Amino acid sequence: MVPTDLRYTKDHEWVRVEGDEATIGITQYAADQLGDIVFVELPATGSSLDQFATFGVVESVKAVSDLFAPVGGDVTGANDELTGNPELVNSDPYGAGWMLRVRFADPDQLEELLAPDAYDALIAEG
Amino acid sequence: MNVDATIQQTPLADRHAQLGARLIEFGGWLMPVQYRGILEEHRAVRERAGLFDLSHMGELFVEGPEAGEALAYALVSDPPALKEGRAQYSMIAASDGGILDDLIVYRLGEARFLVVANASNALVVSDALAERLAGFKAVLDDRSLATALIAIQGPRSVDVLAPLTNVDLRALRYYGIAEGHVAGIDALLARTGYTGEDGFEVFVDWDRATELWDVLMPAVEASGGLPVGLGARDTLRLEAGMPLYGNELDTSTNPFEAGLGRVVKLTKTDDFVGRAAFERAAAAAPTRTLVGLVVERRGIARHGYPVFAGERRTGVVTSGTHSPTMGSPIAMAYVAPADAEPGTIVEVEIRDQRVPARVVPLPFYKRQV
Repeated sequence: MVPTDLRYTKDHEWVRVEGDEATIGITQYAADQLGDIVFVELPATGSSLDQFATFGVVESVKAVSDLFAPVGGDVTGANDELTGNPELVNSDPYGAGWMLRVRFADPDQLEELLAPDAYDALIAEG
Repeated sequence: MNVDATIQQTPLADRHAQLGARLIEFGGWLMPVQYRGILEEHRAVRERAGLFDLSHMGELFVEGPEAGEALAYALVSDPPALKEGRAQYSMIAASDGGILDDLIVYRLGEARFLVVANASNALVVSDALAERLAGFKAVLDDRSLATALIAIQGPRSVDVLAPLTNVDLRALRYYGIAEGHVAGIDALLARTGYTGEDGFEVFVDWDRATELWDVLMPAVEASGGLPVGLGARDTLRLEAGMPLYGNELDTSTNPFEAGLGRVVKLTKTDDFVGRAAFERAAAAAPTRTLVGLVVERRGIARHGYPVFAGERRTGVVTSGTHSPTMGSPIAMAYVAPADAEPGTIVEVEIRDQRVPARVVPLPFYKRQV
């Protein structure tokens, strides 16, 4: 079962909304599928993202994958720890492996995302 | 996973499933790409030992009083110059000099050789050899689907294998091969590999493969080793500067620009397939050279990414990865000879961004002997 306090995209990103702040990362399933992650490219603080826009890239030894923003907003922070320790995405994808924080302004966007049970069903299909 | 009926499986497919391997299609075969993780498996081979299922490779036996001469005609190297129990790296070329595959040739006896081909090219090589052997007193026995291959690689390989075999491993030098048994199973035991480490490749009958694996796997694990998939096999060979057919070598490349001109024996007295083309290529100034690149840490320079020298496009990346040993991205690339000098700074285009890379000598990694 995936964490129940998050919302998900079908592209395997998660978002945690706390007040007007949204924290974004990729799911354990995505991290496992990619394998050992060796590089994460994230946008600069102050840039602005639309919902579902590409916000960066994650690379494992074998594959490169685009990252899609579960919600839009102004970027207030990126996880600098991932520059030196990209493997945090594998070991703690919902915690220390978080990627991005954005100022979250449009609650309607959450309606476009998958609830935990729907995301669980998606990954169960493989 | 949907498994295409045309995709073949090795005799060890059940073992990979039990070990929780992630499987991919490679060269027409369903193969483990990783078990625990590429980085962990890579380190196991560099520091301890790793066990590989390479049963997808093609094993082509060539036998007969003119087996050596036939192979000297069919391949670019000089197999008759091999002593019994020795091996050489070789290639098979088309008449225009295009490389059909790179190979290892083992001399098993006075009139008996084993040619090991890449899985994806095994049929092409088998067909070409059958055709080229005609007219010689030599026969081809394609035992690709009757022969399993298990490799054990890494500094602890000798310690793991020695108690399990009657072959004197200390007497078996690098690029040597001996007949004997391993775990009571008839085997050909070669001191070859594709990792840059010491290690062995063990050829056994297809239907004895699980039995052998079931003895080797616990022995490898007891030495701190791991089963290793194709993912780490690629990072290991790349650090060791070894070419991969389809990346560094193909029908449009020639061995001289790949830095492998020494493999082509133009000194052979008799004709061989591709000779005229290779004589021209050896005499001509090369138009491109295979180099190593250490890339700034802003992503992996992957196969097909363009390489620039200033505004001029100088070449293309053939293979790239994250080097677990060096902790940085590395790549091999063909570039113009003028840009091939070690120390030269070029740029690789990674997703519309130019990322600096330094030309370095190959290999990236050399084990301490």
